[in-house]
Amino acid sequence: MIIAATLAIFVAMILAIIRGIAGPTLYDRILAVNMFGTKTVLLISLLGFVMGRPEFLDIAIVYALINFISVIGVLRYSDSNEFKHTPANKESTEKEP
Amino acid sequence: MDIVINISSGLCLFVGSFLCLCGGVGMLRFPDFYTRMHAAGVTDTLGSAMILIGLMIISTGFLVFIKLVMILLLGILIGPTTSHVLAKAALHNGLEPLLGHQEEADNKETTSSNP
Amino acid sequence: MINIVILTLLVVIAIAIIRMKDLFAVVMLLGIYGLLSASFFVAMDAVDVAFTEAAVGAGISTLLMLVVISMTGRREITTRHKPLSALLVVAITGFLLIYGTLDMPYFGAADAPIHGHVAPRYINDSMQEIGVPNIVTSVLASYRAFDTFGEVVVIFTAGIGVLALLSVARRPEDPEQITVINDSMHKQHLVIRIVVKILIPFILLFALYVQFHGDFGPGGGFQAGVIFAAAIILYTMLFGLSTARTVINQSFIRLTAAIGVLVYGSVGLATLLSGGNFFDYDVLVNDPIAGQHLGILFIELGVGCTVAAVMIIIFFSFAARREIQLNNKNKESSSC
Repeated sequence: MIIAATLAIFVAMILAIIRGIAGPTLYDRILAVNMFGTKTVLLISLLGFVMGRPEFLDIAIVYALINFISVIGVLRYSDSNEFKHTPANKESTEKEP
Repeated sequence: MDIVINISSGLCLFVGSFLCLCGGVGMLRFPDFYTRMHAAGVTDTLGSAMILIGLMIISTGFLVFIKLVMILLLGILIGPTTSHVLAKAALHNGLEPLLGHQEEADNKETTSSNP
Repeated sequence: MINIVILTLLVVIAIAIIRMKDLFAVVMLLGIYGLLSASFFVAMDAVDVAFTEAAVGAGISTLLMLVVISMTGRREITTRHKPLSALLVVAITGFLLIYGTLDMPYFGAADAPIHGHVAPRYINDSMQEIGVPNIVTSVLASYRAFDTFGEVVVIFTAGIGVLALLSVARRPEDPEQITVINDSMHKQHLVIRIVVKILIPFILLFALYVQFHGDFGPGGGFQAGVIFAAAIILYTMLFGLSTARTVINQSFIRLTAAIGVLVYGSVGLATLLSGGNFFDYDVLVNDPIAGQHLGILFIELGVGCTVAAVMIIIFFSFAARREIQLNNKNKESSSC
Protein backbone atom coordinates (compact mmCIF):
# COMPACT_ATOMS: atom_id res chain seq x y z
CA MET A 1 0.00 0.00 0.00
CA ILE A 2 2.84 2.39 0.80
CA ILE A 3 4.40 1.69 -2.59
CA ALA A 4 1.10 2.45 -4.32
CA ALA A 5 0.89 5.74 -2.40
CA THR A 6 4.47 6.56 -3.46
CA LEU A 7 3.61 6.01 -7.11
CA ALA A 8 0.49 8.18 -6.79
CA ILE A 9 2.52 11.02 -5.26
CA PHE A 10 5.07 10.66 -8.06
CA VAL A 11 2.34 11.00 -10.70
CA ALA A 12 0.99 14.10 -8.92
CA MET A 13 4.49 15.59 -8.99
CA ILE A 14 4.75 15.04 -12.74
CA LEU A 15 1.34 16.72 -13.23
CA ALA A 16 2.56 19.70 -11.18
CA ILE A 17 5.69 19.98 -13.33
CA ILE A 18 3.57 19.98 -16.49
CA ARG A 19 1.59 22.89 -15.13
CA GLY A 20 4.82 24.58 -14.10
CA ILE A 21 6.21 24.44 -17.63
CA ALA A 22 2.97 25.30 -19.40
CA GLY A 23 1.46 27.84 -16.99
CA PRO A 24 0.62 31.01 -18.89
CA THR A 25 1.14 33.41 -16.02
CA LEU A 26 3.96 33.77 -13.52
CA TYR A 27 1.75 32.87 -10.57
CA ASP A 28 0.81 29.52 -12.10
CA ARG A 29 4.48 28.63 -12.06
CA ILE A 30 4.91 29.71 -8.44
CA LEU A 31 1.88 27.61 -7.48
CA ALA A 32 3.29 24.62 -9.36
CA VAL A 33 6.65 24.89 -7.60
CA ASN A 34 4.91 25.14 -4.23
CA MET A 35 2.82 22.05 -4.94
CA PHE A 36 5.95 20.21 -6.13
CA GLY A 37 7.61 21.04 -2.83
CA THR A 38 4.70 19.78 -0.73
CA LYS A 39 4.58 16.53 -2.70
CA THR A 40 8.32 16.16 -2.22
CA VAL A 41 7.87 16.30 1.56
CA LEU A 42 5.33 13.48 1.34
CA LEU A 43 7.56 11.51 -1.04
CA ILE A 44 10.53 11.71 1.31
CA SER A 45 8.42 10.57 4.28
CA LEU A 46 7.00 7.62 2.30
CA LEU A 47 10.44 6.67 0.96
CA GLY A 48 11.77 6.70 4.49
CA PHE A 49 9.16 4.15 5.49
CA VAL A 50 9.69 2.03 2.38
CA MET A 51 13.46 1.87 2.80
CA GLY A 52 13.22 1.36 6.56
CA ARG A 53 15.26 4.45 7.52
CA PRO A 54 13.26 6.86 9.64
CA GLU A 55 16.04 9.45 9.58
CA PHE A 56 14.54 10.82 6.40
CA LEU A 57 11.84 12.54 8.44
CA ASP A 58 14.35 15.21 9.47
CA ILE A 59 14.92 16.01 5.80
CA ALA A 60 11.14 16.15 5.30
CA ILE A 61 10.75 18.76 8.07
CA VAL A 62 13.59 20.83 6.68
CA TYR A 63 12.20 20.70 3.20
CA ALA A 64 8.72 21.77 4.32
CA LEU A 65 10.26 24.82 6.02
CA ILE A 66 12.49 25.65 3.06
CA ASN A 67 9.54 25.40 0.66
CA PHE A 68 7.53 27.81 2.80
CA ILE A 69 10.41 30.29 3.12
CA SER A 70 11.07 30.21 -0.63
CA VAL A 71 7.45 30.98 -1.53
CA ILE A 72 7.35 33.83 1.00
CA GLY A 73 10.62 35.13 -0.41
CA VAL A 74 9.35 34.98 -3.98
CA LEU A 75 6.21 36.87 -3.11
CA ARG A 76 7.99 39.43 -0.98
CA TYR A 77 10.60 40.31 -3.59
CA SER A 78 8.31 40.38 -6.61
CA ASP A 79 6.78 43.71 -5.60
CA SER A 80 8.68 45.73 -8.16
CA ASN A 81 7.21 47.11 -11.37
CA GLU A 82 8.41 44.33 -13.59
CA PHE A 83 6.10 41.84 -11.99
CA LYS A 84 2.97 43.92 -12.38
CA HIS A 85 0.39 42.00 -14.33
CA THR A 86 -1.15 44.66 -16.61
CA PRO A 87 -3.66 43.50 -19.26
CA ALA A 88 -1.12 44.32 -21.98
CA ASN A 89 1.31 42.03 -20.19
CA LYS A 90 -1.34 39.35 -20.02
CA GLU A 91 -2.04 39.49 -23.75
CA SER A 92 1.62 39.27 -24.63
CA THR A 93 2.09 36.19 -22.44
CA GLU A 94 -0.99 34.57 -23.95
CA LYS A 95 0.27 35.10 -27.48
CA GLU A 96 3.49 33.19 -26.80
CA PRO A 97 3.16 29.44 -27.49
CA MET B 1 -5.36 -6.12 16.31
CA ASP B 2 -2.63 -6.24 13.73
CA ILE B 3 -5.05 -6.50 10.85
CA VAL B 4 -7.12 -3.58 12.17
CA ILE B 5 -3.98 -1.40 12.21
CA ASN B 6 -2.98 -2.45 8.70
CA ILE B 7 -6.44 -1.92 7.22
CA SER B 8 -6.98 1.50 8.81
CA SER B 9 -3.53 2.65 7.74
CA GLY B 10 -4.13 1.37 4.20
CA LEU B 11 -7.47 3.18 4.08
CA CYS B 12 -5.94 6.48 5.17
CA LEU B 13 -3.11 6.12 2.64
CA PHE B 14 -5.60 5.31 -0.13
CA VAL B 15 -7.78 8.35 0.63
CA GLY B 16 -4.72 10.59 0.86
CA SER B 17 -3.19 9.49 -2.43
CA PHE B 18 -6.59 9.75 -4.17
CA LEU B 19 -6.89 13.35 -2.98
CA CYS B 20 -3.37 14.19 -4.15
CA LEU B 21 -4.09 12.74 -7.59
CA CYS B 22 -7.30 14.78 -7.78
CA GLY B 23 -5.26 17.87 -6.96
CA GLY B 24 -2.83 17.10 -9.74
CA VAL B 25 -5.59 16.55 -12.31
CA GLY B 26 -7.32 19.73 -11.14
CA MET B 27 -4.16 21.73 -11.70
CA LEU B 28 -4.22 20.70 -15.34
CA ARG B 29 -7.91 21.05 -16.09
CA PHE B 30 -9.07 24.18 -14.30
CA PRO B 31 -9.32 27.31 -16.43
CA ASP B 32 -7.95 30.06 -14.21
CA PHE B 33 -5.20 30.71 -11.67
CA TYR B 34 -7.56 31.24 -8.76
CA THR B 35 -9.48 28.02 -9.41
CA ARG B 36 -6.21 26.12 -9.77
CA MET B 37 -5.20 27.45 -6.41
CA HIS B 38 -8.34 25.97 -4.90
CA ALA B 39 -7.34 22.61 -6.33
CA ALA B 40 -3.75 22.83 -5.16
CA GLY B 41 -4.34 24.29 -1.70
CA VAL B 42 -7.30 22.23 -0.52
CA THR B 43 -6.17 18.84 -1.80
CA ASP B 44 -2.55 19.41 -0.77
CA THR B 45 -3.38 20.05 2.86
CA LEU B 46 -6.01 17.36 3.34
CA GLY B 47 -4.16 14.76 1.24
CA SER B 48 -0.93 15.20 3.13
CA ALA B 49 -2.81 15.09 6.45
CA MET B 50 -4.42 11.77 5.48
CA ILE B 51 -1.15 10.25 4.29
CA LEU B 52 0.67 11.34 7.44
CA ILE B 53 -2.10 9.92 9.67
CA GLY B 54 -1.82 6.66 7.75
CA LEU B 55 1.94 6.59 8.38
CA MET B 56 1.45 7.49 12.03
CA ILE B 57 -0.70 4.41 12.61
CA ILE B 58 2.08 2.08 11.46
CA SER B 59 4.99 4.04 12.89
CA THR B 60 7.68 2.02 14.58
CA GLY B 61 8.88 4.14 17.49
CA PHE B 62 7.99 7.07 19.70
CA LEU B 63 10.42 9.50 18.07
CA VAL B 64 9.12 8.64 14.59
CA PHE B 65 5.56 9.26 15.76
CA ILE B 66 6.48 12.64 17.24
CA LYS B 67 8.25 13.72 14.07
CA LEU B 68 5.25 12.75 11.94
CA VAL B 69 2.99 14.77 14.27
CA MET B 70 5.32 17.74 13.79
CA ILE B 71 5.23 17.43 9.99
CA LEU B 72 1.43 17.22 10.16
CA LEU B 73 1.08 20.35 12.31
CA LEU B 74 3.53 22.21 10.10
CA GLY B 75 1.65 21.18 6.96
CA ILE B 76 -1.74 22.19 8.35
CA LEU B 77 -0.40 25.59 9.41
CA ILE B 78 1.62 26.33 6.27
CA GLY B 79 -0.75 25.10 3.53
CA PRO B 80 -3.65 27.57 3.89
CA THR B 81 -1.24 30.41 4.69
CA THR B 82 0.63 29.89 1.42
CA SER B 83 -2.66 29.91 -0.52
CA HIS B 84 -3.69 33.16 1.12
CA VAL B 85 -0.33 34.82 0.46
CA LEU B 86 -0.29 33.72 -3.20
CA ALA B 87 -3.85 34.90 -3.85
CA LYS B 88 -3.26 38.25 -2.16
CA ALA B 89 -0.05 38.86 -4.09
CA ALA B 90 -1.67 37.94 -7.41
CA LEU B 91 -4.66 40.23 -6.79
CA HIS B 92 -2.40 43.03 -5.61
CA ASN B 93 -0.32 42.79 -8.76
CA GLY B 94 -3.30 42.98 -11.05
CA LEU B 95 -4.19 39.43 -12.09
CA GLU B 96 -7.97 39.48 -12.60
CA PRO B 97 -10.04 36.36 -11.88
CA LEU B 98 -11.95 34.73 -14.72
CA LEU B 99 -15.63 35.34 -14.13
CA GLY B 100 -18.76 33.62 -15.49
CA HIS B 101 -19.68 33.28 -19.16
CA GLN B 102 -22.26 36.06 -19.30
CA GLU B 103 -19.95 38.63 -17.80
CA GLU B 104 -16.95 37.46 -19.83
CA ALA B 105 -18.11 39.36 -22.89
CA ASP B 106 -18.51 42.52 -20.82
CA ASN B 107 -15.01 42.02 -19.39
CA LYS B 108 -13.50 41.76 -22.87
CA GLU B 109 -15.15 44.96 -24.06
CA THR B 110 -14.18 47.15 -21.15
CA THR B 111 -10.59 46.48 -20.10
CA SER B 112 -10.76 48.20 -16.76
CA SER B 113 -13.79 46.61 -15.19
CA ASN B 114 -13.88 45.88 -11.51
CA PRO B 115 -17.08 44.06 -10.46
CA MET C 1 17.96 3.07 -12.94
CA ILE C 2 16.73 5.93 -10.81
CA ASN C 3 20.20 7.48 -11.02
CA ILE C 4 19.94 7.68 -14.81
CA VAL C 5 16.50 9.32 -14.62
CA ILE C 6 17.66 11.94 -12.11
CA LEU C 7 20.88 12.66 -14.00
CA THR C 8 18.99 13.09 -17.26
CA LEU C 9 16.60 15.52 -15.56
CA LEU C 10 19.59 17.44 -14.17
CA VAL C 11 21.10 17.78 -17.65
CA VAL C 12 17.75 18.90 -19.12
CA ILE C 13 17.26 21.53 -16.42
CA ALA C 14 20.85 22.75 -16.81
CA ILE C 15 20.35 23.25 -20.55
CA ALA C 16 17.05 25.06 -19.85
CA ILE C 17 18.79 27.33 -17.31
CA ILE C 18 21.45 28.33 -19.84
CA ARG C 19 19.03 28.98 -22.68
CA MET C 20 16.34 30.94 -20.86
CA LYS C 21 16.40 34.71 -20.88
CA ASP C 22 13.85 35.35 -18.14
CA LEU C 23 15.95 35.46 -14.97
CA PHE C 24 13.02 34.84 -12.66
CA ALA C 25 12.28 31.48 -14.30
CA VAL C 26 16.01 30.74 -14.10
CA VAL C 27 15.96 31.27 -10.32
CA MET C 28 12.97 28.93 -9.97
CA LEU C 29 14.76 26.32 -12.08
CA LEU C 30 17.85 26.68 -9.91
CA GLY C 31 15.69 25.86 -6.89
CA ILE C 32 14.38 22.74 -8.63
CA TYR C 33 17.98 21.84 -9.61
CA GLY C 34 19.01 21.99 -5.95
CA LEU C 35 16.07 19.79 -5.00
CA LEU C 36 16.95 17.21 -7.67
CA SER C 37 20.55 17.14 -6.46
CA ALA C 38 19.28 16.49 -2.93
CA SER C 39 17.14 13.58 -4.19
CA PHE C 40 20.17 12.25 -6.09
CA PHE C 41 22.14 12.23 -2.86
CA VAL C 42 19.25 10.49 -1.07
CA ALA C 43 19.22 7.85 -3.82
CA MET C 44 22.95 7.34 -3.23
CA ASP C 45 22.22 6.91 0.51
CA ALA C 46 24.15 10.03 1.59
CA VAL C 47 21.64 11.56 3.97
CA ASP C 48 23.83 14.25 5.57
CA VAL C 49 24.82 15.71 2.22
CA ALA C 50 21.20 15.68 1.03
CA PHE C 51 20.22 17.57 4.18
CA THR C 52 22.77 20.31 3.58
CA GLU C 53 21.98 20.53 -0.15
CA ALA C 54 18.25 20.87 0.51
CA ALA C 55 18.80 23.63 3.07
CA VAL C 56 21.44 25.62 1.20
CA GLY C 57 20.84 24.95 -2.47
CA ALA C 58 17.06 25.04 -2.53
CA GLY C 59 16.54 27.60 0.22
CA ILE C 60 19.17 30.21 0.91
CA SER C 61 20.59 30.43 -2.62
CA THR C 62 17.13 30.96 -4.10
CA LEU C 63 16.40 33.76 -1.62
CA LEU C 64 19.70 35.53 -2.26
CA MET C 65 19.25 35.30 -6.03
CA LEU C 66 15.72 36.70 -5.72
CA VAL C 67 16.99 39.72 -3.79
CA VAL C 68 19.60 40.25 -6.52
CA ILE C 69 17.22 40.08 -9.46
CA SER C 70 14.76 42.34 -7.71
CA MET C 71 17.59 44.86 -7.78
CA THR C 72 19.06 44.30 -11.22
CA GLY C 73 16.12 43.48 -13.44
CA ARG C 74 14.36 40.55 -14.92
CA ARG C 75 15.70 40.26 -18.45
CA GLU C 76 19.11 39.03 -19.38
CA ILE C 77 21.03 41.36 -21.67
CA THR C 78 22.11 39.41 -24.73
CA THR C 79 25.74 39.74 -25.72
CA ARG C 80 26.51 40.84 -29.25
CA HIS C 81 29.72 38.98 -30.00
CA LYS C 82 30.12 35.24 -30.15
CA PRO C 83 32.83 34.12 -27.71
CA LEU C 84 34.49 31.48 -29.88
CA SER C 85 37.95 31.65 -28.31
CA ALA C 86 36.45 31.17 -24.84
CA LEU C 87 34.53 28.14 -26.12
CA LEU C 88 37.77 26.66 -27.48
CA VAL C 89 39.62 27.12 -24.18
CA VAL C 90 36.74 25.59 -22.19
CA ALA C 91 36.50 22.62 -24.57
CA ILE C 92 40.23 21.90 -24.37
CA THR C 93 40.24 22.16 -20.57
CA GLY C 94 37.21 19.91 -20.26
CA PHE C 95 38.76 17.35 -22.56
CA LEU C 96 41.98 17.33 -20.54
CA LEU C 97 40.05 16.92 -17.27
CA ILE C 98 38.01 14.00 -18.60
CA TYR C 99 41.18 12.43 -19.98
CA GLY C 100 42.74 12.76 -16.53
CA THR C 101 39.88 10.92 -14.83
CA LEU C 102 40.20 7.90 -17.13
CA ASP C 103 43.06 6.68 -14.98
CA MET C 104 41.04 6.65 -11.79
CA PRO C 105 39.38 3.43 -10.57
CA TYR C 106 35.68 2.98 -11.28
CA PHE C 107 33.13 4.43 -8.89
CA GLY C 108 32.55 1.83 -6.17
CA ALA C 109 35.12 -0.69 -7.42
CA ALA C 110 36.13 -3.08 -4.68
CA ASP C 111 39.86 -2.87 -5.32
CA ALA C 112 40.19 0.91 -5.23
CA PRO C 113 42.71 2.06 -2.61
CA ILE C 114 40.09 4.03 -0.73
CA HIS C 115 38.01 0.91 -0.21
CA GLY C 116 41.02 -1.13 0.75
CA HIS C 117 42.54 0.88 3.56
CA VAL C 118 40.74 4.08 4.49
CA ALA C 119 37.05 3.18 4.49
CA PRO C 120 37.32 -0.11 6.44
CA ARG C 121 39.40 1.66 9.09
CA TYR C 122 36.69 4.28 9.55
CA ILE C 123 33.79 1.84 9.45
CA ASN C 124 35.34 -0.75 11.76
CA ASP C 125 37.13 1.40 14.30
CA SER C 126 34.98 4.49 14.53
CA MET C 127 32.70 3.20 17.27
CA GLN C 128 35.53 2.08 19.58
CA GLU C 129 37.81 5.02 19.03
CA ILE C 130 35.28 7.83 19.05
CA GLY C 131 32.01 6.41 20.33
CA VAL C 132 29.69 8.40 18.08
CA PRO C 133 27.07 6.38 16.12
CA ASN C 134 27.00 8.67 13.07
CA ILE C 135 30.15 7.83 11.08
CA VAL C 136 29.84 10.95 8.92
CA THR C 137 30.08 13.16 12.00
CA SER C 138 33.01 11.20 13.38
CA VAL C 139 34.93 11.44 10.09
CA LEU C 140 34.10 15.12 9.61
CA ALA C 141 34.70 16.26 13.16
CA SER C 142 37.44 14.02 14.47
CA TYR C 143 39.40 12.11 11.84
CA ARG C 144 39.44 15.01 9.36
CA ALA C 145 38.99 17.87 11.78
CA PHE C 146 41.74 19.88 10.12
CA ASP C 147 39.92 19.87 6.75
CA THR C 148 36.72 21.00 8.46
CA PHE C 149 38.72 23.81 10.07
CA GLY C 150 39.69 24.90 6.56
CA GLU C 151 36.02 24.84 5.51
CA VAL C 152 34.98 27.02 8.44
CA VAL C 153 37.74 29.54 7.68
CA VAL C 154 36.60 29.63 4.03
CA ILE C 155 33.02 30.39 5.09
CA PHE C 156 34.28 33.11 7.43
CA THR C 157 36.39 34.60 4.62
CA ALA C 158 33.32 34.67 2.37
CA GLY C 159 31.51 36.64 5.07
CA ILE C 160 34.41 39.09 5.33
CA GLY C 161 34.47 39.44 1.55
CA VAL C 162 30.78 40.31 1.39
CA LEU C 163 31.21 42.80 4.22
CA ALA C 164 34.17 44.43 2.51
CA LEU C 165 32.35 44.80 -0.80
CA LEU C 166 28.78 45.48 0.14
CA SER C 167 28.58 46.96 3.61
CA VAL C 168 27.03 50.38 3.92
CA ALA C 169 27.53 52.88 6.70
CA ARG C 170 24.06 53.43 8.08
CA ARG C 171 22.97 56.26 10.24
CA PRO C 172 20.72 54.96 13.01
CA GLU C 173 17.05 55.29 12.16
CA ASP C 174 14.81 57.18 14.52
CA PRO C 175 12.30 54.94 16.29
CA GLU C 176 9.32 56.85 14.84
CA GLN C 177 10.25 55.94 11.31
CA ILE C 178 10.74 52.33 12.30
CA THR C 179 7.24 52.15 13.78
CA VAL C 180 5.78 53.82 10.68
CA ILE C 181 7.36 51.22 8.40
CA ASN C 182 6.31 48.49 10.80
CA ASP C 183 2.67 49.63 10.88
CA SER C 184 2.36 49.87 7.11
CA MET C 185 3.83 46.42 6.69
CA HIS C 186 1.52 45.14 9.37
CA LYS C 187 -1.52 46.29 7.41
CA GLN C 188 -0.22 44.75 4.25
CA HIS C 189 0.99 41.39 5.51
CA LEU C 190 -1.26 40.80 8.52
CA VAL C 191 -2.07 37.08 8.23
CA ILE C 192 1.38 35.92 7.28
CA ARG C 193 2.98 37.95 10.10
CA ILE C 194 0.91 36.26 12.78
CA VAL C 195 1.54 32.80 11.37
CA VAL C 196 5.27 33.48 11.16
CA LYS C 197 5.31 34.72 14.75
CA ILE C 198 4.01 31.30 15.77
CA LEU C 199 6.46 29.44 13.54
CA ILE C 200 9.80 31.14 14.21
CA PRO C 201 10.41 29.80 17.76
CA PHE C 202 9.87 26.26 16.49
CA ILE C 203 12.28 26.73 13.62
CA LEU C 204 14.93 27.99 16.04
CA LEU C 205 14.29 25.03 18.35
CA PHE C 206 14.55 22.67 15.40
CA ALA C 207 17.91 24.21 14.50
CA LEU C 208 19.16 23.50 18.02
CA TYR C 209 17.81 19.93 17.78
CA VAL C 210 19.67 19.34 14.50
CA GLN C 211 22.86 20.76 16.00
CA PHE C 212 22.97 18.46 18.99
CA HIS C 213 21.41 15.40 17.32
CA GLY C 214 24.19 15.35 14.74
CA ASP C 215 25.97 12.62 16.68
CA PHE C 216 23.13 10.13 16.24
CA GLY C 217 21.37 11.03 13.02
CA PRO C 218 21.84 13.33 10.05
CA GLY C 219 22.70 16.82 11.16
CA GLY C 220 25.57 18.68 12.67
CA GLY C 221 26.88 22.21 12.73
CA PHE C 222 26.49 23.20 9.06
CA GLN C 223 22.86 22.22 8.69
CA ALA C 224 21.92 23.73 12.06
CA GLY C 225 23.57 27.03 11.18
CA VAL C 226 21.72 27.23 7.86
CA ILE C 227 18.32 26.51 9.47
CA PHE C 228 18.96 29.11 12.16
CA ALA C 229 19.85 31.69 9.53
CA ALA C 230 16.73 30.77 7.53
CA ALA C 231 14.55 31.58 10.55
CA ILE C 232 16.19 34.99 10.99
CA ILE C 233 15.89 35.70 7.25
CA LEU C 234 12.17 34.87 7.41
CA TYR C 235 11.78 37.35 10.23
CA THR C 236 13.70 40.01 8.30
CA MET C 237 11.65 39.57 5.15
CA LEU C 238 8.34 40.10 6.89
CA PHE C 239 9.12 42.62 9.59
CA GLY C 240 11.51 44.91 7.76
CA LEU C 241 15.25 45.34 7.85
CA SER C 242 15.21 48.16 10.42
CA THR C 243 13.21 46.13 12.95
CA ALA C 244 15.49 43.15 12.39
CA ARG C 245 18.54 45.30 13.02
CA THR C 246 17.18 46.45 16.37
CA VAL C 247 16.41 42.83 17.28
CA ILE C 248 19.79 41.46 16.16
CA ASN C 249 22.66 43.83 16.62
CA GLN C 250 25.09 44.08 13.69
CA SER C 251 28.23 44.01 15.80
CA PHE C 252 26.93 41.02 17.77
CA ILE C 253 26.54 39.02 14.56
CA ARG C 254 30.03 39.90 13.35
CA LEU C 255 31.41 39.00 16.76
CA THR C 256 29.60 35.64 16.65
CA ALA C 257 31.11 34.79 13.29
CA ALA C 258 34.60 35.47 14.60
CA ILE C 259 33.98 33.66 17.89
CA GLY C 260 32.91 30.51 16.02
CA VAL C 261 36.22 30.27 14.21
CA LEU C 262 38.12 31.12 17.39
CA VAL C 263 36.34 28.39 19.40
CA TYR C 264 37.23 25.87 16.72
CA GLY C 265 40.86 26.94 16.67
CA SER C 266 41.21 27.10 20.42
CA VAL C 267 40.07 23.48 20.75
CA GLY C 268 43.05 22.59 18.58
CA LEU C 269 45.28 24.84 20.63
CA ALA C 270 44.06 23.22 23.87
CA THR C 271 44.94 19.77 22.51
CA LEU C 272 48.42 21.05 21.60
CA LEU C 273 48.94 22.51 25.05
CA SER C 274 47.77 19.28 26.69
CA GLY C 275 50.45 17.31 24.95
CA GLY C 276 48.78 15.68 21.97
CA ASN C 277 48.71 16.43 18.24
CA PHE C 278 46.69 19.25 16.73
CA PHE C 279 42.99 18.29 17.05
CA ASP C 280 43.77 15.05 18.85
CA TYR C 281 40.85 15.06 21.27
CA ASP C 282 42.01 12.08 23.30
CA VAL C 283 44.16 14.25 25.56
CA LEU C 284 41.50 16.79 26.52
CA VAL C 285 40.20 14.92 29.57
CA ASN C 286 41.29 11.70 31.27
CA ASP C 287 39.01 9.33 29.36
CA PRO C 288 39.68 9.27 25.58
CA ILE C 289 36.04 8.66 24.60
CA ALA C 290 34.83 11.52 26.82
CA GLY C 291 37.56 13.69 25.33
CA GLN C 292 36.34 12.90 21.83
CA HIS C 293 32.77 13.75 22.73
CA LEU C 294 33.82 17.04 24.33
CA GLY C 295 35.97 17.98 21.37
CA ILE C 296 33.26 17.19 18.83
CA LEU C 297 30.70 19.15 20.88
CA PHE C 298 32.85 22.28 20.91
CA ILE C 299 33.83 22.27 17.28
CA GLU C 300 30.27 21.64 16.08
CA LEU C 301 29.23 24.61 18.22
CA GLY C 302 31.89 26.72 16.53
CA VAL C 303 30.81 25.60 13.07
CA GLY C 304 27.15 26.32 13.80
CA CYS C 305 27.88 29.82 15.13
CA THR C 306 30.03 30.80 12.17
CA VAL C 307 27.72 29.41 9.47
CA ALA C 308 24.60 31.06 10.95
CA ALA C 309 26.32 34.40 11.47
CA VAL C 310 27.86 34.50 7.97
CA MET C 311 24.55 33.67 6.26
CA ILE C 312 22.83 36.43 8.24
CA ILE C 313 25.61 38.90 7.37
CA ILE C 314 25.32 38.11 3.65
CA PHE C 315 21.55 38.49 3.62
CA PHE C 316 21.60 41.73 5.61
CA SER C 317 24.19 43.23 3.26
CA PHE C 318 22.13 42.34 0.17
CA ALA C 319 18.90 43.64 1.72
CA ALA C 320 20.55 46.88 2.85
CA ARG C 321 21.78 47.55 -0.69
CA ARG C 322 18.33 46.87 -2.08
CA GLU C 323 16.76 49.24 0.42
CA ILE C 324 19.15 52.01 -0.57
CA GLN C 325 18.37 51.45 -4.23
CA LEU C 326 14.62 51.63 -3.53
CA ASN C 327 15.07 54.81 -1.48
CA ASN C 328 17.02 56.44 -4.30
CA LYS C 329 14.33 55.49 -6.81
CA ASN C 330 11.62 56.93 -4.58
CA LYS C 331 13.54 60.15 -4.13
CA GLU C 332 14.06 60.47 -7.88
CA SER C 333 10.43 59.82 -8.72
CA SER C 334 9.20 62.20 -6.05
CA SER C 335 11.54 65.02 -7.02
CA CYS C 336 10.98 64.79 -10.79
